[in-house]
Order: sequence, then structure tokens, then C-alpha cells
Amino acid sequence: MVLLAALGVFLVIRTALIPKGFGKYGHYSPGALDVVRQRPLVYAGQETCILCHEDEGKVRASGKHAHVACEACHGPQAAHANADDPAGRMPVLPDVPNLCRRCHEKDAAKPAGFPQVVTVEHSGGMYCNRCHKPHNPQL
Amino acid sequence: MSVEGTMDISRRNLFAAGGKLLILASVGATLEQITGAAPPEEAYRMADHWWGMLIDIDKCIGCGNCVRACANENHVPAGFFRTWVERYQVEEGRRQPHVDSPNGAIDGFPPTTRTDLKSFFVPKLCNQCADSPCVQVCPVGATFVSPDGVVLVDESYCLGCRYCIQACPYGCRYLHPAKHTVDKCTLCYHRITQGLTTACCESCPTGARQLVDFKNPRDPVHEFLRQNKVQVLKPYMATEAKVYYKDLDGSVR
Repeated sequence: MVLLAALGVFLVIRTALIPKGFGKYGHYSPGALDVVRQRPLVYAGQETCILCHEDEGKVRASGKHAHVACEACHGPQAAHANADDPAGRMPVLPDVPNLCRRCHEKDAAKPAGFPQVVTVEHSGGMYCNRCHKPHNPQL
Repeated sequence: MSVEGTMDISRRNLFAAGGKLLILASVGATLEQITGAAPPEEAYRMADHWWGMLIDIDKCIGCGNCVRACANENHVPAGFFRTWVERYQVEEGRRQPHVDSPNGAIDGFPPTTRTDLKSFFVPKLCNQCADSPCVQVCPVGATFVSPDGVVLVDESYCLGCRYCIQACPYGCRYLHPAKHTVDKCTLCYHRITQGLTTACCESCPTGARQLVDFKNPRDPVHEFLRQNKVQVLKPYMATEAKVYYKDLDGSVR
């Protein structure tokens, strides 16, 4: 009798503690999948940017940066893209000297075919976009 | 009822009763399927995907865009990394390569001018192993391989025992300093399940990282694997890693 009661208590506690659907796909709670999926976006994604900024996309398509996504340089823009008034949440312009340097500063470890310069010798601290157009750079 | 009474059931009766029970059970199951609310038809079906990543070492320029994008997208605390980039400098005759990754390369690398040795960049992230040691050691089932092949953590279930952090052969997990639960690369599960690519792949300027779906017959991964020599990290660990590296050097671990 005591054993049965203990078993009953054990089963009640066990049912209460195990998450709903546990074991549906494996030894875990399937609800966790939805929790992870519902995290908010921070990067809007290339296709979203082009919906409004079609002209910039066309300029870029013919140049060396054709395969560089907008947010690779302009940073995460989901807040701007998803805002009711995107103009009210204007993105900050990129930090040009650091942005260009990270990719194009000469480094022996970079692939040899990738365009690189020693910025101090090349421009002496002058901003890259004084001469190069970032959306369609020409060598 | 006497003992003899119970023994009176003939084989025939037993089979008849068993048959009835079987029919009842099948009817019950069907009823449950009919009355139970049909699951909503979702655009994303987990069974149709098997996610992984391709990394082309020869395209990586070590800019750290992926590290910054990952930190932004996933609110990775400073000093911790879900993805990072290492610079290898391999000198002939030396047993160990020189590896550096200043702050995970979140701001790129200080340039090196040494041309007398072999040097290259290696982006690292969770290898989304199909036979993952981290999943095997979790005592509570808080970390798991999803049906579409992504290793995830159930934050509400994780005890923070750090067992998985030690089990991961690639060092891809950390204990979140505020949540006190384990955190790791989710392969941007919230993005890839709505048709976007991961934040790191989105931000990679040279296409060195590519999200791939092995179950999609139209995915370029199949052609890529046919055309190139690829390797996974630490294949001797038999973790069935799904992050493939093109032209990986033997010095990388």
C-alpha cells in the first residue's frame, strides 16, 4: 500500500517535471526548437535591403563588390528595415578607415590574389572613399 | 477464480482476445489522429533539411566580419565567441604552428609581413556534428541535434554543469556569464528556418563561408563536394562534423 502510494507520488511529480512533448524527436524538449526559432533578427538580409535600395544594388552588381552584402559594411539593419518609419532610424555611416583596412590592409596571410595595400604608403591616412567608390570600386 | 480457471483459456480464445485488443488499439490510435488537432501546415519542414557549412580557406581574408556579425546577431557577450578566426603561421621544421586570434579576430588581425612561412586564416565555429560528443554527455537532455541537423541548447533545461563544454573537441561552447547556461553557435537557427542565411555567411565579403543544406538537391554543395578536396576538423574524433573545409592544411586542429 505504501509502495503504491509512493509510486503514485513519484508518477505525479515526474509528470509535472517533464516538459510537454519530451522525447517527441529525441531525448529533449521539442519546445526548445520553437524558442530558438523565435529569436529576433538583427541582420535583415540582402534581399530585404534591395527591396528599397534597388539603385545601389544595381551600381554594386557591376563592380568588384558585387558579392559583398550591404550589411557586411553597413552593419546590422533589421531595426531600420522593420521600422514603421525606416527614415526615422537611419543607419550610421560606416567607419571608413577601419572598414576598408580590415579587408584590404596588406597581410601575408591573405590570399595572394586579393587586392591589398599598405594603407600608410598607399594613402597616408586619407579616407579611401575620397578616390574609390565603395559601391563600385575600380582599381 | 481458481488457478485452473485462468488456465482454461485455450490458444484459440487467447488469439481471439488478442485480435480484438489489436483492433481496439488501432481504432484508438486512429481516433486520436482524427480528433487531435491537425498540426498547422508549416512552410518550414525540419525533415526536408540537413544543415552544414562550407569554408573555403583560400578565400578567407581574416577581416573578422563574421565574428562581429555573429556577436551582433546573437548578442554574444564580450570576450566570448560562437565563431572566431585563427591565423596559422606554419614554419618548416617546427613542430607546432604559431596560431593567433586577437580577441577572436573581432577587429581583424594586426598585419603580418612574414613571407618566409606559410600563413592562412581558419574560421572556426560549431561543427554541427551529427554524432556530437557534447550531446552525448549532457545529463539532462538540454543539448541535442535537431531533426534538421543543428546542435542546439535548451536554455530552460540547461543546468550549467559545463560537461558539454569539456566534451566538445573543438572548443565551441562557453558558459554564458549572465544566463549561467551553456551557449553556442545555433547556425542562426532563427534565420535559416525562415529562408535567410546565417549572419556570418551574410556578412562574409569573399564568400569564404557558405551555409549549405545537404538535403536540398539543388544546393551547390553537391557540386562543390564533387569538385573540391575537403576535410572536416579532427576527423579521427568520428563526430560526423558537417562543417567542411576546402584546402585545409594538416597543421590545423
